[in-house]
Amino acid sequence: MDTPVRSKDADGREILDSVVIRFAGDSGDGMQLAGMQFTQTTAVAGNDLATFPDFPAEIRAPAGTTFGVSGFQIHFASHDVLTPGDEPDVLVAMNPAALKVNLRDVPSGGLIILNTGAFTPQNLKKAGYEKNPLEDGTLDPYRKLEIDVSKLVVAAVEPFGLGTKEALRAKNVWTLGLLYWLFGRDRTPTIEWLKKKFAKRPDIAEANIAALNAGHVYGETAELPTGVAAYKIPKADLPRGHYRNITGNEALAWGLATAGRLAELPVFYGSYPITPASSVLHSLAGLKHYGVTTFQAEDEIAAICSAIGASYAGIIGATATSGPGMALKGEAMGLAIMTELPLVIFDVQRAGPSTGMPTKTEQSDLFQAVWGRNGDAPLVVLAPATPGECFYMAIEAVRLAIKYMTPVIVLSDGYIANGAEPWAIPSFADLPKIPVAFRTDPAGFHPYVRDPETLARNWAKPGTPGLEHRIGGIEKNFASGHISYDPENHQKMTKTRADKVLGVAKDLPLQKVEIGNERGKMVVVGWGSTYGSIHQAVRRARKDGLDVSHVHVRHLWPLPSNLADLLGGFERVLVPELNNGQLVRLLRAEYLIPADPMDKISGMPFRVAELEQEIRVKLAAPLVRNNRLS
Amino acid sequence: MDTPNKPLTQKDFVSDQEVRWCPGCGDYAILAAIQHTLPKLGVTREKTVFVSGIGCSSRFPYYMSTYGFHTIHGRAPAIATGVKLANPELDVWMVTGDGDGLSIGGNHFLHVLRRNVDLQILMFNNRIYGLTKGQYSPTSLVGLKTPSTPLGSLDMPINPCLLALGANGRFVARGIDTSTSTLGDLFVAAHGHRGSSFIEILQNCPVFNDGAWDNVTMRDIASENQLWVEHGKPLLFGKDKRKGLRLAPGGSHVEVVTLGEGGVTEADVAVHDQTNRTLAFLLAQLALPDFPMAFGVLYCDPVPSYDSAVTAQNATAVEKSGAGDIDRLLRGGHTWRVE
Repeated sequence: MDTPVRSKDADGREILDSVVIRFAGDSGDGMQLAGMQFTQTTAVAGNDLATFPDFPAEIRAPAGTTFGVSGFQIHFASHDVLTPGDEPDVLVAMNPAALKVNLRDVPSGGLIILNTGAFTPQNLKKAGYEKNPLEDGTLDPYRKLEIDVSKLVVAAVEPFGLGTKEALRAKNVWTLGLLYWLFGRDRTPTIEWLKKKFAKRPDIAEANIAALNAGHVYGETAELPTGVAAYKIPKADLPRGHYRNITGNEALAWGLATAGRLAELPVFYGSYPITPASSVLHSLAGLKHYGVTTFQAEDEIAAICSAIGASYAGIIGATATSGPGMALKGEAMGLAIMTELPLVIFDVQRAGPSTGMPTKTEQSDLFQAVWGRNGDAPLVVLAPATPGECFYMAIEAVRLAIKYMTPVIVLSDGYIANGAEPWAIPSFADLPKIPVAFRTDPAGFHPYVRDPETLARNWAKPGTPGLEHRIGGIEKNFASGHISYDPENHQKMTKTRADKVLGVAKDLPLQKVEIGNERGKMVVVGWGSTYGSIHQAVRRARKDGLDVSHVHVRHLWPLPSNLADLLGGFERVLVPELNNGQLVRLLRAEYLIPADPMDKISGMPFRVAELEQEIRVKLAAPLVRNNRLS
Repeated sequence: MDTPNKPLTQKDFVSDQEVRWCPGCGDYAILAAIQHTLPKLGVTREKTVFVSGIGCSSRFPYYMSTYGFHTIHGRAPAIATGVKLANPELDVWMVTGDGDGLSIGGNHFLHVLRRNVDLQILMFNNRIYGLTKGQYSPTSLVGLKTPSTPLGSLDMPINPCLLALGANGRFVARGIDTSTSTLGDLFVAAHGHRGSSFIEILQNCPVFNDGAWDNVTMRDIASENQLWVEHGKPLLFGKDKRKGLRLAPGGSHVEVVTLGEGGVTEADVAVHDQTNRTLAFLLAQLALPDFPMAFGVLYCDPVPSYDSAVTAQNATAVEKSGAGDIDRLLRGGHTWRVE
């Protein structure tokens, strides 16, 4: 546990600052469910937390195989939590495959909770074990809790008359009960949740509750092996407020619905299912009474086009997708740029080109977002750093899209989309309204008449008498909006579209330093979901007296107006990214600064330790510039 | 629809843009027919929207003094769907060609029809790609020699009306560019139908595929080769309406009969029922030389439109749950206070 055991409290529980638990089992074992329930009760108990669900792309890979292993990691603490944790202090392994896949991440001395009932010769073989790791010394470096959960759960639910197969489904809930006891959690929220979830099958609800209680009782009564105790993690000292857990995708959906209310306009959301963006559609589909129309289109292109049609008609058009879907939407984005219509696009990035690794996270759509269209096609790109920030970024995207009559991309990723964190709930009344002014006056009207400040053209919606006009993807005259092939006009329009988007920088907050000095030896520049890991790494390095600062860029295009000056104040600029060097190239290209890349392209988030290590290595190395990226 | 103060005329729908189609292009006649028909429909310019894709036909919106959106290749159905869902009060017309609508936009064509979004969809079918200079299109006949098929096209052509019926289109009609008055009637019928109304318009491209429809449209053979259908009327054609279509025993196909020959009377001739889907399929696939080509409203059997269903579902959600409250949304589920 990342800080040493301090003391024991009155009821004999050892007090810990921080714990990382990883639930691992077969895709069908309900690990995500167990993880989410543990998260809810942990939040209610007052700890700060961060989670990281990690599951395979296969819906149900063959049971017992290593590629079917599903994991859920939660980091909770009595202090602020920025990442889901580098390595699990506690590994729950429901079968041999789960043990095999996850054991390498557990530090020596870590606690492993094993369902011995699943360690059958057949399962061992499926997981690729030649010998039983429970017997061959593999687990000697760890503390172990070996329990035949399968047998105990069948016994616990026996009175409910379920078949063995159905009874075994409650393994996850039994294990949850045990963990609730180990970490002093209240079972009530989960019991209430089970009653609600199985309202139509009270027998199943009761059986699960019995399993939960049985796991808990096992913890209370069983003689736990040496080195395993009951623990207590005091409440975190969070700012006062009303909290909930929120995932990034939920936050995007709610932010969009909220933006509609702030602008007093209906929202139209056209989308096509794609991992990991689909749950935004699921959330919004339940919000029809909030003035949200959802449309599951026949493909990605139809999804964005329907949203453009809605924006043209005078409401908020939005769409969401992930990498390959973004590629398909490119041409339509060009249309929205050319017709200068507001449009909001969420890109929940995933790993790799083409289909890549759909359930794994990456930040490799930055170039696609900033540059990835034909012609000079500028738009606004934003990147939230945490799940909670997704809410505000969705609102900001709508505000900028309307104010500047431009498409806005919000670059989220799989890690933020599915990860959860406690979130201080804002009050609607405290959120600033989004002003909308439709053109209604026919006097002097041309569709491309611009606001001199923002360079935004006026938004004239069909249905307005006297403003009938035609727009389209063909280059248009600067003033009248009529088709124009005039060479000078095209130059002027291209520059105007670029200037309009660059002008958004005036509307953005100045770039701040998250932690550290405003000048110095090194700055670590991050964007998006790597916020927590970078912040923690810089914090640790600074504790050791290293001169390093953290800058996190949330506005990727246009870049904040003071960013060049700010970065210029540091001897070294290190840019860690979950891609092969995209922001680093953007910064080099825009500012001609010798920034160093740090890439990780494994589909996994950065560990704090690897970032901290890189900071130390880079700071210790002599300053040599060959101006080449590795 | 608002009633305009002063009755509008054809001129009111002509925009200030110079029409830039090739001399003799069939599109001129279709444009004139629309501009002539719209005033009769009692519509206003401000509530009328023309959405198009890419291609010669898709320049159409520029020439209308209504709202217009010239979009991207093949995607007009999706954009028009967004427009209609955002504001169901708008009267949305979609203009596309055989290439735009059936090739690159084939997918969207299928889905807009099966959803039944309330649009008038006009497909100008000239069996060729005009704007890209004469390559064969999805409706070109096998053997057509073009720059991309110097030895003749090998692809089987699509029959747009059959495809529209197969996609569950609820209004399917066919017209001819130069037959302006009948075209006007089709526009009126399409406009009156709530849901997707599809009209295939045979259109001549004088530059790249001149005379592609001559065997159907030439005046001297028109009566023999065109069957104009009308709901409730017998399916008669030919000089003096002496020929007719008879449903063969069992009703699986139709045959051409001549009145007065072999004891055939008008009573033997099938009567057009535009709500009969099976008959519509039979009519849509009639082809020369064995049969005349069918024109008019081949099928019209309305069901509630998609946009009305979406509006109703949204309204039901408000009725059931009340107008959503953001504070309640954000505070739903597990929450806790830190004091």
